[in-house]
Amino acid sequence: MSDHAETADGHDEHGDSHYIKIYFWLLGLLIVSYIGPEFGIQWLTLITAFGIAIVKAYLVTVHFMHINLTPRYVVYTVATSLIFMLLFFAGAAPDVMKDSGTNWQKPAWIEAERAYEAGEVSGVADHGDDHGAGHGDEAGHGEESGH
Amino acid sequence: MAESIPVEEHHGDPAGDHGHHEMSFVSKYVFPLDHKIIAMQYLFTGMFMALIGGFFSYVFRMQLAFPGMEVPGWGVVSPADYNALVTNHGTIMIFWVAMPVLIAAFGNYLIPLMIGADDMVFPKINRLSYQVFLVSAIVILGAFFVEGGAFGGAWTAYPPLSTKAEYNLTGLGSTLWITAVFLEFVAFLLGGINFIVTCMNSRAPGMKMWDIPMVVWMIVIASILFMLSVGPLLAGGIMMIFDQNLGTAFFDPDRGGDPILWQHLFWFFGHPEVYVVLLPAVGIVADVMTTFSRKKLFGYKTVLYTAIGTGVLSFTVWAHHQFIAGIDPRMANVFTVTTLLISVPIAEMLFVYIATLYGGSITLTTPMLWALAFIFEFLIGGITGIFLGASGNDIYMHDTYFVLAHFHYTFYPIAIIGTYAGFTYWFPKMFGKMMNDTLGKLHFWLTIIPFNLIFLPLFVLGASGQHRRIYDFTNYPELAQPWQQDLRILASVSLCVMLGAQVLFFYNVITSWMSGKKAEKNPWKANSLEWTADSPPPHGNWPEGLPNCYRGPYEYSHPDREEDYWPQNEPA
Amino acid sequence: MSEMPIATTRSAAGMPTARLAVWWIIASEIVIFGGVLGSYIMHRLAHGIWADYAANTNTEIGLINTFVLLTSSLAAVLAHQAAERGDGQRAANLLYATTGGGLVFLCIKGYEWSYEISHGMTITANTFWSFYYTAAGIHALHVIAGMILMVITAGWAKKNEHLHRVEIIGVYWHFVDVVWIFLFPLLYIAK
Repeated sequence: MSDHAETADGHDEHGDSHYIKIYFWLLGLLIVSYIGPEFGIQWLTLITAFGIAIVKAYLVTVHFMHINLTPRYVVYTVATSLIFMLLFFAGAAPDVMKDSGTNWQKPAWIEAERAYEAGEVSGVADHGDDHGAGHGDEAGHGEESGH
Repeated sequence: MAESIPVEEHHGDPAGDHGHHEMSFVSKYVFPLDHKIIAMQYLFTGMFMALIGGFFSYVFRMQLAFPGMEVPGWGVVSPADYNALVTNHGTIMIFWVAMPVLIAAFGNYLIPLMIGADDMVFPKINRLSYQVFLVSAIVILGAFFVEGGAFGGAWTAYPPLSTKAEYNLTGLGSTLWITAVFLEFVAFLLGGINFIVTCMNSRAPGMKMWDIPMVVWMIVIASILFMLSVGPLLAGGIMMIFDQNLGTAFFDPDRGGDPILWQHLFWFFGHPEVYVVLLPAVGIVADVMTTFSRKKLFGYKTVLYTAIGTGVLSFTVWAHHQFIAGIDPRMANVFTVTTLLISVPIAEMLFVYIATLYGGSITLTTPMLWALAFIFEFLIGGITGIFLGASGNDIYMHDTYFVLAHFHYTFYPIAIIGTYAGFTYWFPKMFGKMMNDTLGKLHFWLTIIPFNLIFLPLFVLGASGQHRRIYDFTNYPELAQPWQQDLRILASVSLCVMLGAQVLFFYNVITSWMSGKKAEKNPWKANSLEWTADSPPPHGNWPEGLPNCYRGPYEYSHPDREEDYWPQNEPA
Repeated sequence: MSEMPIATTRSAAGMPTARLAVWWIIASEIVIFGGVLGSYIMHRLAHGIWADYAANTNTEIGLINTFVLLTSSLAAVLAHQAAERGDGQRAANLLYATTGGGLVFLCIKGYEWSYEISHGMTITANTFWSFYYTAAGIHALHVIAGMILMVITAGWAKKNEHLHRVEIIGVYWHFVDVVWIFLFPLLYIAK
């Protein structure tokens, strides 16, 4: 294909050693993200987990996938799909993240959270029974639009 | 791989590359690589599915008009039958009729011809896309023959009705339904990538962005919208299959899930989907209308920008389908505003079309009639949408026949009227024969008048409180008053007339195809590149060499020229 | 490649057809993973108890699997470099190495899952585990698909045919890698 001429000038300036260098950067970051939670500080864990994931993803997309050598609209396309996912999150989260709303509730979530707050279940043990299967309370999410 | 592109384009023999040997019937028509044959496969599969979807609507409309009657061709409609019929009518008409015909058939046929290429960029992926689509069609129809029958939980498949076999009573049917939808999406992802890349990369030398015919632009924008919106539903489809068969509880509030999550996943796709099928129809109408009013499209870029604006906005409106699903009322406010906003670009588009007609020398051929009818009927659909977009009003209107009539006033113009406009317009190119114009006009009037008689009464019934999901209204005395039943009978009888009128269309197609007047290369004296190829175009489209492009597609009635059209491939 | 249409060889958008297509595939894959991961994150943020469920995932195995995928990605990008230089044999070998990385990844995953399933953490145990298996399962399907395509591409590369496809499958593989880079903290680290 005709891509050889086009990509050659972009790629050939760094040989295999460049990619190996990036690879070791990625491994180093991976170690950091593994060690992060050991300190037990939540904000630090979040940074080492997700901040580093973003850095790693950046390194891979730029240096391995060569997104910087593609025309700019490719970046825009990928960015658009990411933005639309944020949009989806923003639209759906206000409903999905609640355990009750207008004329509905989620009995299992309410019960699980109550039991968790009260320390009755730990979640670490076997999980056969900690999601209030009982309660028989199907009315909560029924379709009565009484008013 | 051919390295020397420019040389080959001007002196080479494109068909010679891959069309020089006689192909057997099987490799030409059953496993084709030619985009035109694949387009025909999509077209005829879509038409076949349209007949099935139309038949379904006939059966359940008869049940609504004459409850308990033995419907000729089906028998007595049981409640389970009724649910399966309405569900599959909706699913089939959108995913197996509107999408394959408007996007896949017209896209496959027109994109390479209109941008001056010899084929799609990935012919094998194109073929695979159709094959996956065919399998999906077989799966959704096959669901009617399994134990328990086809899925009957409405085309939106809200849980828990769709996930719990003890509610829907169609255990296997529900899984087959979601599987078929899933496969269909995969087919259109494959096809969509092909359309987008073909249009981006394979345009004729000299064809700039603003020289692309509107219908190609619209199909590409629609494919992009589809690709960027379908993902959550594909993920949701997997989750639903797991809920149905593995016993997970993604959508089951009794076991830690959330049914509203499915609604979000579904409508995040479901609303852009409206524009996915709308835009190709809008593009078809633009091309038909400019040709038959001999005028330049008024505001080419305006149409394009409004289409892109509509596309972006369409991602922000989805929850207006869920106003009474118990979503956060503050979110309902946001979605009301965005929903009302989206009518602005669409209205702008319609104004552009009317401005295009203004002062043109209009010829009322059959395709032009369809194009004008599209604008008129879609306007009704759009305006009634504004009623429903207001969340306060929607609380009353939701799930009534008002919604149903609004929906059909948008989708019918798109999927049926738009398709007929395109089909009658490009028929000479596709089959090399002219269609009978008298029969075509008769068919037009016999379709348009009954269409309005079906759905205008449903607005009235919906406003009077008639709920969508009721199988037999005689059980609800306040909904079974004589005037209401009369309107139902009017709608059902009109439906029968409209379905019967389609016989005219098929008769017209077959007789024109067999013994119609032979079509010349450019029977409508249109500008775009497909009219410079033979009718029908041979394999490779332009065996004598691919065309170049010198100007936009809408240069009609140019003051400096004797002819009132100026083909894109003619050097200045 | 006589069957290839002229359309495929054009590049009006300034980039070869196949590479353009793979980026569109990636854009559409982002929304697929975005749908399932977005739904997961909503639940995860809303429920304190999910942190305890997540504590049962084996971080070491996740770490090793990330390492395996990163290494296979390195092999894929080196294969691309070899293909750029026209060294089909080396590209093929590196692609086989990448495929091997995918295979190791899947074996570790199989071990991990069978351990978890045998300890009661099945897909139906609760919604956390449903998401865990669904998200990782969709990702694993992409790994399998990538491996199949990689073997086919390596077969061509060995004969010095379709060398540009080495890059295409590589870009796809890196994308699968990037998805895992996000799955790793989401499923294993954030506890």
